[in-house]
Amino acid sequence: MTAKTLYDKLWDAHLVQQRDDGSALIYIDRHIIHEVTSPQAFDGLRLAGRKPWRVDSILATPDHNVPTTQKERAHGVQGIEDPVSLIQVQTLDDNCDEFGIVEFKINDTRQGIVHVIGPETGACLPGMTVVCGDSHTATNGALGALAHGIGTSEVEHVMATQCLIAKKMNNMLVKVDGKLGAGVTPKDVVLAIIAKIGTSGGNGCAMEFAGQVFRDMSMEGRMTVCNMAIEAGARAGMIAVDQTTIEYVKGRIYAPKGNMWEKAVADWREYVSDEGAHFDVVVELSGADIKPQVSWGTSPEMVVSIEDKVPNPAQESDPVKREGMLRALHYMGLKADQPITSIYLDRVFIGSCTNSRIEDIRAAAAVVKGHTKATSVKEAIVVPGSGAVKAQAEAEGLHHIFIAAGLEWREPGCSMCLAMNADKLGAGEHCASTSNRNFEGRQGYGGRTHLVSPAMAAAAAIAGHFVDVRTFTLNS
Amino acid sequence: MKNFTVLTGLVAPMDRANVDTDMIIPKQFLKSIKRTGFGKNLFDELRYLDEGKPDQECTGRPINKEFPLNFPRYQGATVLLSRENFGCGSSREHAPWALDDYGFRCVIAPSFADIFFNNCFKNGLLPIVLGDKIVEQLFQEMYVTEGYQLIVDLPAQVVKTPSGESFAFDIDNFRKHCLLNGFDDIGLTLEHAEAIRSYETKKRVEAPWLFDVVK
Ligand code: SF4
Repeated sequence: MTAKTLYDKLWDAHLVQQRDDGSALIYIDRHIIHEVTSPQAFDGLRLAGRKPWRVDSILATPDHNVPTTQKERAHGVQGIEDPVSLIQVQTLDDNCDEFGIVEFKINDTRQGIVHVIGPETGACLPGMTVVCGDSHTATNGALGALAHGIGTSEVEHVMATQCLIAKKMNNMLVKVDGKLGAGVTPKDVVLAIIAKIGTSGGNGCAMEFAGQVFRDMSMEGRMTVCNMAIEAGARAGMIAVDQTTIEYVKGRIYAPKGNMWEKAVADWREYVSDEGAHFDVVVELSGADIKPQVSWGTSPEMVVSIEDKVPNPAQESDPVKREGMLRALHYMGLKADQPITSIYLDRVFIGSCTNSRIEDIRAAAAVVKGHTKATSVKEAIVVPGSGAVKAQAEAEGLHHIFIAAGLEWREPGCSMCLAMNADKLGAGEHCASTSNRNFEGRQGYGGRTHLVSPAMAAAAAIAGHFVDVRTFTLNS
Repeated sequence: MKNFTVLTGLVAPMDRANVDTDMIIPKQFLKSIKRTGFGKNLFDELRYLDEGKPDQECTGRPINKEFPLNFPRYQGATVLLSRENFGCGSSREHAPWALDDYGFRCVIAPSFADIFFNNCFKNGLLPIVLGDKIVEQLFQEMYVTEGYQLIVDLPAQVVKTPSGESFAFDIDNFRKHCLLNGFDDIGLTLEHAEAIRSYETKKRVEAPWLFDVVK
């Protein structure tokens, strides 16, 4: 038998029909939906008189534009002040009620960001195919699953047929061996990967992350890495199943139980790349070389380490890249060769499907503990990824640490990651953000985003400018 | 879905690499629950000098005169020419909806982001990959020729320039077939309902934990 990659195995196990032209029908096990990319899909179903193929495969929750302040959340859907957001959230509720779809509604304690609640509830499991109308669905690949972001027409297609029309992608291996230094986190690893291969480095590929660094990483860290596979151009990122995966899944509300659990675990253990499997592209990095990362520009590949300076376009030989760098420097209001530590922040955002799980919240709390937010930072918000993360953090008293340090503790949702709700940057404001995209205007019109890890964002909130978290004094 | 056969269209430039979906249609416009009406907000932050709001009339807004799509010579363009990695970023289908609603039927670039590329076909929009050098040549010809038009011939899979040069492009047979006929792919997939059902029957035995999970 020929050796297969993890992706080959996931593909083969879900292949319903292969077509001559290379496209195929792939069976979808889990479909997560939210308020922004589903309304037009439900309309399409109604117009054609179709019903969802398997209602029990769908899980819904509103996340993209739910408010995160306690005041607005106290009154449920009707408390949403922005009338356009209210219509979208209400439309999701109505559609789920009409079609009998399970939805974690706005004030359900299980509500949260789609990519946080999938793994957390066990709705997404190893060996599954998972789709959602949001590109960061790749997060679920950390479980050893094939997880794709899809567009709205595909949301409708999956609802109506339980299948996705797909073409097999190339296999790409990103191998990071060695050990990470203290203060270097999964976010720094993935930013370093994107800095190396660029935002189109993974185009057309399913990206598997392997090597010592990922074997040593927690499941939540693996989710942070797979989450940003899309920023590296790959539609899906994934990590092989190991003991860490199985222990993470065990006991989750929707995880299999009893005899079924044993059977499932035996099946999941197969989801690893075979020895000698062929990868079309291989990239290697050394874990020991990775330092805390900070993005300086308007693309997730515009990243340097905290010890570096803002790059100088004069040193770039590719004219298209140089043009992009000049435009980014202008938009970001930065000067070539200025030290990263000289960038001052107006706001700090700790949250998003990249970094809003309990380990992220703990990492941020450990840094701010006993310190006070710099007065020059107008606002620093901590937004847990789900109701469950929020409850856990509060049980550990982490919210008190943030509040005592002058940070705000919010209700779960996407929040300032894409600023569809009231949480956004003003024009020209610099933000240390734990989210995944630093495009122009992403966090608010004219806003300037710097992507960093939760620990680096927390340290920046205290210092007022970027600092190396490895030398930051912790009050433990 | 609209079908696509042969298009003779005016070409407009979006002369930069990594045009992302937030640039194509900023997120505040994603709040609509409809799939039409996004054209007036296509490239909103570049086209206008003020901040765009959903449901706002755009006719009185200050225009960015430096932005090519606002030049009189590109009005009525149906072919958009751009650089590598066009459509990177989110999975929002609002991006092809906005391009389509504005009037574009075809985007030509040296490479595209995967999800965007895929979303185009679901909306009768044709993304064409041509080599870097060819794209550069088309840019140069377009800049020096006012009213520069290309013929995009899907059945023959070629792009023809006014001087008669032609460049071949690749497309999957299935996607070509759907575009040429304006087929809705849900209907086509449902013709294989039996295959889907038999896959499910087999899987329910092999891996029952995949079913009836979410309650
Ligand atoms: S947190 Fe950001 S990236 Fe994640 S699902 Fe929400 S909007 Fe998308």
